[in-house]
Amino acid sequence: MQPGDFIFREREPFRGTPLGEADLPRAWDCLAQVPDPEVPVVSVVDLGMIRAVEWGDDRLHVKVSPTYSGCPATEVIERDVQEALEDIGFQDPCIERVLAPAWTTDWITEKGRQQLKDYGIAPPAVGQGRETLRDPGPAECPHCGSAETQQVSQFGSTACKALYKCRDCLEPFDYFKCL
Amino acid sequence: MSELTEYLLRLADTDMVLAQRFCEWCGNAPALEEEIAMMNVGLDLLGQARNWYDYAAELLDDGRDADHLAFRRNEREYRNLLLAEQPRGDYAVTTAKQFFFDVWHHLVLTRLSDSSDERIAGLAAKGLKEVTYHRRRSSEWMLRLGQGTEESHRRLADAVNNLWRFTYELTDTDAIEDQLAEAGIGAGNVGDAWRAEVSAVLQQAGLDVPEPARHFYMDGKNGKHTEHLGFLLAEMQYLPRAYPDATW
Repeated sequence: MQPGDFIFREREPFRGTPLGEADLPRAWDCLAQVPDPEVPVVSVVDLGMIRAVEWGDDRLHVKVSPTYSGCPATEVIERDVQEALEDIGFQDPCIERVLAPAWTTDWITEKGRQQLKDYGIAPPAVGQGRETLRDPGPAECPHCGSAETQQVSQFGSTACKALYKCRDCLEPFDYFKCL
Repeated sequence: MSELTEYLLRLADTDMVLAQRFCEWCGNAPALEEEIAMMNVGLDLLGQARNWYDYAAELLDDGRDADHLAFRRNEREYRNLLLAEQPRGDYAVTTAKQFFFDVWHHLVLTRLSDSSDERIAGLAAKGLKEVTYHRRRSSEWMLRLGQGTEESHRRLADAVNNLWRFTYELTDTDAIEDQLAEAGIGAGNVGDAWRAEVSAVLQQAGLDVPEPARHFYMDGKNGKHTEHLGFLLAEMQYLPRAYPDATW
């Protein structure tokens, strides 16, 4: 799956037997394939945005927590989630936006952190998201692993990132801020 | 309109107007990193505004949604702080304005995180994380400009003096705010903490700490604005008003 697939692809209406309560694991598997539009190597599940998948009133309910209040990807993510579930046979899934408790970078999975790193984004420090770092510590360079890095700007290409530079390999990189 | 709705609109409108002021820097910032930072902060505020508007719209329950509240109300209906609507000026003005606001915003959201209204508490806790970054950034810029060159110091000192009278609203509360604070819902008066925190940074930046601002005849929280808000809304609301059926 590529970024943009969900935006422009043609959708085929689902023609099989609709899925039900017994298929919740399939819903999770499906969501694990839905990428974040801004960081397409990580799924919305590994980013910790899917808070619950439940069955009720004869339909699937998915609770989604947006990352930042003003994240412009929020609506796209909700639509992507809805369409992905419809495409595998869940009828009229209900996507609920959950703002409390607030999303934290601590909810990013180990797999998600590794994927961020492989993509060239330094993952956020664990366990400090709830407090929001007052003074961010050194981020490890995702390219060469050096800890000799410096912050260039507290804000980066998207709300969730800061801009850093590695003093050893001299490469610039994004750091996923603790939130 | 209930007191709670009024209060939510004050929070929402202040965020919204500040976000719009940040937009004006797009393509005009002194450095790329600063432009990106300001757009990020503006986006956070826009998102927070929408969350408050959504809640206000639910309470109003008169068919208006968040977009309607943001784009179809006139200046006398806007409830934002006067500080927010002041022109962006030069970078010193933008910095001082944002710093005064960020300190207030951080104090208010900290208290609102413990609001007895669960919806408010949840939204405040979410916003607080973002505002912690905002406050750190604007505090650092206060020091950098204050301790920088003669010119940056002079410009920042001028900005502080010119904006200071509008800080009255940050340190004062009216009957609505007092009532909601007593009910455990609103943030109440954060004036003392605000003055202490702002004074500390001003001193560190080598700037004079002015006497506490005094009440004057304008009152943003009740819709009596300076002449600047009308122009801001005219630009911000033009498209939805000219094309009411436009959608993305």
